[in-house]
Amino acid sequence: MAPPIRPTLRQRAFSERTVRTLERRRIVSGIMLGVLAGAAVLAVLPLIFIFGHLLATGMSSLSWDFFTKMPKPVGESGGGLANAIVGTLILIVIASAFGLPVGVGAGLYLAEQKGSKLANSVRFLSDVLNGLPSIVMGIFAWQFLVRPFGHFSALAGGIALGAMMIPMVARTTEEMVGIVPVSLREAALALGYPRWRTSIAVVLRTASAGIVTGALVAIARIAGETAPLLFTAFGNLFWSTSLKQPIAALPLQVFSYAISPYDAWHSLAWAGALVLIALIFIISLIARFATRARFATGGGD
Amino acid sequence: MTIHDSPQTFVREDDGATLRIHGSAIGDRVYSGAITFFAVCVPLLLLAVAWELGVAGWPALHKFGFGFLTSSDWDPVKGEFGAAPAIYGTIVSSIIALALATPLAIGVSLFLSELAPRWLKQPVGFLVDLLAAIPSVVYGLWGIFVLLPVLRDPVMPFLRDTLQLDRTGLFSGPAYGPSMLAAGIILAIMVLPYIASVSREVLMAVPRSQREAALALGATRWEAIRGAVLPYARSGIVGGVILGLGRALGETMAVTMLIGNRAEIATSLFAPGYTMASLLANEFSEASSDAHLSALMAVAFVLFVITLIVNAIARWLVWRVSRGTSGRVA
Repeated sequence: MAPPIRPTLRQRAFSERTVRTLERRRIVSGIMLGVLAGAAVLAVLPLIFIFGHLLATGMSSLSWDFFTKMPKPVGESGGGLANAIVGTLILIVIASAFGLPVGVGAGLYLAEQKGSKLANSVRFLSDVLNGLPSIVMGIFAWQFLVRPFGHFSALAGGIALGAMMIPMVARTTEEMVGIVPVSLREAALALGYPRWRTSIAVVLRTASAGIVTGALVAIARIAGETAPLLFTAFGNLFWSTSLKQPIAALPLQVFSYAISPYDAWHSLAWAGALVLIALIFIISLIARFATRARFATGGGD
Repeated sequence: MTIHDSPQTFVREDDGATLRIHGSAIGDRVYSGAITFFAVCVPLLLLAVAWELGVAGWPALHKFGFGFLTSSDWDPVKGEFGAAPAIYGTIVSSIIALALATPLAIGVSLFLSELAPRWLKQPVGFLVDLLAAIPSVVYGLWGIFVLLPVLRDPVMPFLRDTLQLDRTGLFSGPAYGPSMLAAGIILAIMVLPYIASVSREVLMAVPRSQREAALALGATRWEAIRGAVLPYARSGIVGGVILGLGRALGETMAVTMLIGNRAEIATSLFAPGYTMASLLANEFSEASSDAHLSALMAVAFVLFVITLIVNAIARWLVWRVSRGTSGRVA
């Protein structure tokens, strides 16, 4: 039998010190855990401040007129942002019409050609595209869609926003299609479905709730974007729903009112910000419900 | 169509099957062609952005050469364009943002992954994520009417006079409000959720055994975090920080509203400045000449290249970690 292992002097000194300093180490640990909890409180505080102020100020300047009236010139009181609200909705529709098909298609490709070289580089590049500053996208859209035609347009703004949706939608689509069980695809193929119909009618349909959620999250993100619209949609003080004309948008209007020197416009800016946040919130909430519905059916079968 | 022409030579089921295979071959080709096209759109879009900005900015880049990046003379009237103040401002405001946001983000993610009781995890995580949902322009609005007054009155004089930090040169000069510091603070709040969500994901992916081993050896909870959890998650957290850096570099609206927009390099953080993004937002629509426009395009191109590199590095780091821990933990 081997002799029992005895700790060396150094090891013993170390373990004795560990025990001796236990009290102090416990105190240090307690302090550091407190610091972590403090960091958590501090991280949540700005949100509470921002929301508190937004609700308090925005609510008091919100009225029925805000939703139904047009902007008034300086000096006249009242007025609303009806055109900007409609403009934002139109921009969202254009963006979705462009961004969703491309995003979902690219996502399908990423999921179905998982290992291929093209898929890997597209995945990487779509993440990179996702991090592209929105102002850069705006300037690109100006160069591409405004400069050649000689005028700002709703279409250019919508396309700029749609381009920003593509990477987000592509990655969620990939993820959602990825979790559809292979057996489902095999069952469809075994029943004689061609591959393309299997992908669209079975796989895409199964993943649809998740994809809708992803799309809504993407829409919520672009709904508040201002920078891509500065030089494309440009804003419009009048009622316009034409795709070829400059169009008003809620974030643009909030921006120009915020940096204006007039108190009446400042309160309109707060009301606009509140409505914008509410819009984003509603879209996100619907997205959450869509997710929940997916889990509910997922549990059922 | 031979199949239709001679129905007698096939039994009925065969007929159907052959037809279906025929149809599916075409359908499959169309389908895979379509999704490949959509996938190729992503690289094409990036290429198009690089090409358009590069071509439009080329006259300025060609005329001023490397001096475009190093000269601090930005004067549209004289036709002199040096982007150094904007590049300097972009870097400084981002450094302030990361310096403030990183410890907070790591703190809150550690709190969520190591400390928080179950019932607290979801709401706190949700609130932090919510910060990412607030539009930039709303941050700017809040900054103008809430943050700036607070900075102007108690905070800036406190830093300068009470703490006597004006001797450092960083916190000196008049406290107007709109400043590099204000931009840095708002950026910190804006990038916090991005760093926090990546850190949280990485920390959650640290295996339980790692913590249990440290605790079993007699480590206190903090020692387990510092010695076992953090080293394991380090490069993923670094990836999250760099991702936050990418956001901070390109943030436009809130910064434009708070930084004061002046093309000068000042040591004091109380002084107004410019970032590349705010320069673009501010001057692009009123570009007075072709040279001015080209210079702005060149700035956009430089911003594009910088964020491209930063994002690529960040994605690579995060990807490496999440691959190492066998898949994503949502």
